[in-house]
Amino acid sequence: MTPASGLCKRIIPCLDVADGRTVKGVKFQGLRDVGDPVELALMYQEQGADELVFLDISATVEGRTTMLEVVERVAAGLMIPFTVGGGISSLADVKRLLERGADKVSINSAAVKRPELIREIAEECGSQCCVLAIDARRNANGTGWDVLTHGGRQSTGMDALAWAKAAVALGAGEILLTSWDQDGTLEGFDLPLTRAFSLELTVPVIASGGGSGPESFVNVFLKGQADAALAASIFHDRQWTVAALKQAIHPQGITVRL
Amino acid sequence: MTLPSPVVDLIDIGAGNFGSMSRCLERLGIPYRVVGPDSPPQGDRPLILPGVGSFGGFMQALRRNGFDQILMALLREGTPYLGVCVGLQVLFESSAEAPGVKGLGLIPGHVAPYRSGKVPQVGWNQIHSCQPDTWDDGFVYFVNSYYAIPTAHDAILYLADYSGPFCAAVQAAHLTAFQFHPEKSGAFGHSLMARWVSEQTGFSADLDFSREVRS
Repeated sequence: MTPASGLCKRIIPCLDVADGRTVKGVKFQGLRDVGDPVELALMYQEQGADELVFLDISATVEGRTTMLEVVERVAAGLMIPFTVGGGISSLADVKRLLERGADKVSINSAAVKRPELIREIAEECGSQCCVLAIDARRNANGTGWDVLTHGGRQSTGMDALAWAKAAVALGAGEILLTSWDQDGTLEGFDLPLTRAFSLELTVPVIASGGGSGPESFVNVFLKGQADAALAASIFHDRQWTVAALKQAIHPQGITVRL
Repeated sequence: MTLPSPVVDLIDIGAGNFGSMSRCLERLGIPYRVVGPDSPPQGDRPLILPGVGSFGGFMQALRRNGFDQILMALLREGTPYLGVCVGLQVLFESSAEAPGVKGLGLIPGHVAPYRSGKVPQVGWNQIHSCQPDTWDDGFVYFVNSYYAIPTAHDAILYLADYSGPFCAAVQAAHLTAFQFHPEKSGAFGHSLMARWVSEQTGFSADLDFSREVRS
């Protein structure tokens, strides 16, 4: 595939939101409050984030309603695109989020359960706003990756790459690919997984899970062929600002927006 | 206190990203009036047409209540126009995305698909000005599978590169249009909106974003 010469690799901070607050924890364990999502969003925008992803991990109906208010406040202030995911199970959920100002939605378990949801979103709202999130884990015999659902708690036994291809055929506009083997480890992105998906799929692949220092980002873009990379911890822990990370990877041949 | 009078008309045809453009104008402090098939513009203010989606679907939405004819008449009379994304594409005669569907045909040329690279193009790309004295280069956010090919090269306002050069913005007399999304392109994208509004109306937008939403 010809490289898309001028297009920048995207750096995407991810914010987990529970009941209106940004939280952080490893694999959903031991959550702690890291701040107001709107303030963090504007801070990351200021740092040069290319996009943001908000993942609603609220467990209650009240939490979901609070999320809509967060989305509205983010949309009012933010000048870059943002995606909202977590707990989306119907076209009505999608429309509610888009009406409040989300640019894209990310769907996961609900699409595994009912793949037609992807087609419905693509037809009603356009493929550009339909991001399919896949939680993938290397399968037992090491030949490929399985799809996990419900925050990694359930294995479906489905082949993740076959699922991604089916989803693209149904109208998914981007794939948010999280490695469950690497997630939360800070040991670097899953390069074989990312590369396999990026070379096989015709839509952009956002790599997620394991992002640590500049080297991991350089690797995921050059070796993994990712179109974008998403990370949470390294930004929330203030190890790296988005700007410093971009400054560090740019001289190593990564086209970024500076 | 009286409300500030609108300086631009923002077109809502019930398709596309009307909401994100209205929020952009609000961040810039640019007062606007909403117009569309149910409340047609009078041509007394510059028009902004935001867009996202498909060429065919968008043209169909434009035609409701004969709105496309009203728009055409105003644009032929010289009402300034700013189109975004599909709002750029419909200025041309046709698109490979919807064979047989006629565009507004105000700028000679057609709309073609990218032939290599991932499609759609999603993300930030650098735009290079063909009028560097008046329009700056910068990074902007694209989401598109198709791009315009104007017949006349001098209609191209910005070029960008996606597996080869393509037209990222056009300008022909009072018609200006961006293939990218200025409303999602950070401070630079907002400055392009402010620049166009200022040129058309003399209105100075608020480019100090430090007061962003603290409510």
